[in-house]
Amino acid sequence: MAGKVFAVLVVIVTLAIAYCVIAHVWWMPVDISVHGPNIDHQIEETVFGAGILFIAGQLVLAAFSFLYGDSKGARKVKAFPGGAKPLIIFACVVVGIEILVLSFVGSKAWGSVYFTPPDPDSQRVDVQAGQFAFYFRYPGPDGKFGPLHPELINEGTQNFFGLDTDHDADSKDDIVTAELAIPVNKPVLLTLHSKDVGHSFDVRELRVQQDFVPGIVIPIHFTATQTGRFEIVCTQLCGLGHYNMKAYLEVMSQMDFDNWMKQQAAMQ
Amino acid sequence: MKAEWKITVLTSALLTLASGLWLMGSSVSAASAGQIAGTVKLDGTAPHQKPIDMGKEPSCAAVHKDKPVTAENVVVGANGGLANVVVYVSQGLTGNEAAASSQPVQLEQKGCQYLPHVVVVNAGQHVKIVNEDQTSHNIYPQATKNPPWNKSQPPGAQPLDATWANEEIAIPVKCNVHPWMRAYIAVVKGPYGVSDDSGSFKLELSPGTYTLTAWHETYGTQTQNVTVAAGKPAAVSFTFKAK
Repeated sequence: MAGKVFAVLVVIVTLAIAYCVIAHVWWMPVDISVHGPNIDHQIEETVFGAGILFIAGQLVLAAFSFLYGDSKGARKVKAFPGGAKPLIIFACVVVGIEILVLSFVGSKAWGSVYFTPPDPDSQRVDVQAGQFAFYFRYPGPDGKFGPLHPELINEGTQNFFGLDTDHDADSKDDIVTAELAIPVNKPVLLTLHSKDVGHSFDVRELRVQQDFVPGIVIPIHFTATQTGRFEIVCTQLCGLGHYNMKAYLEVMSQMDFDNWMKQQAAMQ
Repeated sequence: MKAEWKITVLTSALLTLASGLWLMGSSVSAASAGQIAGTVKLDGTAPHQKPIDMGKEPSCAAVHKDKPVTAENVVVGANGGLANVVVYVSQGLTGNEAAASSQPVQLEQKGCQYLPHVVVVNAGQHVKIVNEDQTSHNIYPQATKNPPWNKSQPPGAQPLDATWANEEIAIPVKCNVHPWMRAYIAVVKGPYGVSDDSGSFKLELSPGTYTLTAWHETYGTQTQNVTVAAGKPAAVSFTFKAK
């Protein structure tokens, strides 16, 4: 009796989960990026493949419990036919094929983000992560970022990047902000660097999640297609204050962006 | 049995009262004997104090919506007075000065700022650290002559109590979650003063000759000799040069 009850429960739970996934009961927030559809398509495919395997696995489990759960003695299956070796080979081959297929199919979405060159007219923003805040730097009218001097970083004087505005001509017009504003429908190129440990830049609506690695400058580019305010969160456990490491992304019309830029320049 | 108990309570109460009166009397007499009244000025133009963007912490940004706050590394009053300068006796203490106050000094976290920006305590004096915000803070005094520590304080948490045993001028305090927050805790021996927005400060001292040191977070230290006579405040003025 217990085996049959368990089998029925497994089927009910499996169908409930399948319904939630297929009906998108809990799904990703709306996509606001140009490359996003590729990623969403890939996620759908992965969930579809994994879902079929999940349902098949649960049904096999239910069938075995239903048929053999309550039987005694002789009908119990004690080992996989042929022993452990064929079972392991079988599992490795199946999982291996699954992973190869996923990476092959997924390489298209990956390539659309990482293997396409950024637009040369992109809005460039330098992003610095540090425990536990993000800061952003725009190159200013000269279009050039000044050099960084980590020994000059002083949060008390609001010099988060370590700029030497007295000596470096390129740094003089750099604009440092605590919020990332970008113009809508314009390619954006971010250069990510960390001043201490590993962090990550994640905006769910942008379908962008990229780690910061200390010592490496990592470029990432995208184009936002909708205006609005979105949360940027750190999704790489980085220490005590990780839970509160966030900033906001403001996607604006080009006109609003130009005005915002002027305001920020006046505040430097 | 009962009578003995009563006598014990009565005696200890009397003793406590007597010692309290004696302590009060001694510190008052030391304080009233002499005084230094001084000013600190800044010669030149103060560097631009950048406005602080608290967008990351909406509850704090809302507090300052109408009046944005700026960095506080150089705060100058209307008449050129330099605020947040710690003035203390670096030489000449006789050892007869009043003991460190038993009253704790308060360091408040409010609107994602430290109030006050500069705290001065005697070695061993208690500092009560309070979080008035709706967000968690962590308090990281980066001491080098005392043990450093780093504790977090969620909203509504009990005040933290801290003491520093060794002189240290000054310990930078930061909050890792809100990197713009900055305070300094100066741990000194003997009497001390902090300049206000008009640059004035006061020290209570017994008559004698002393070396005063003035410390500012951006402009460093200056020293000056001063002789304090009984009954009349000695005037001292410090001038820091803007870089």
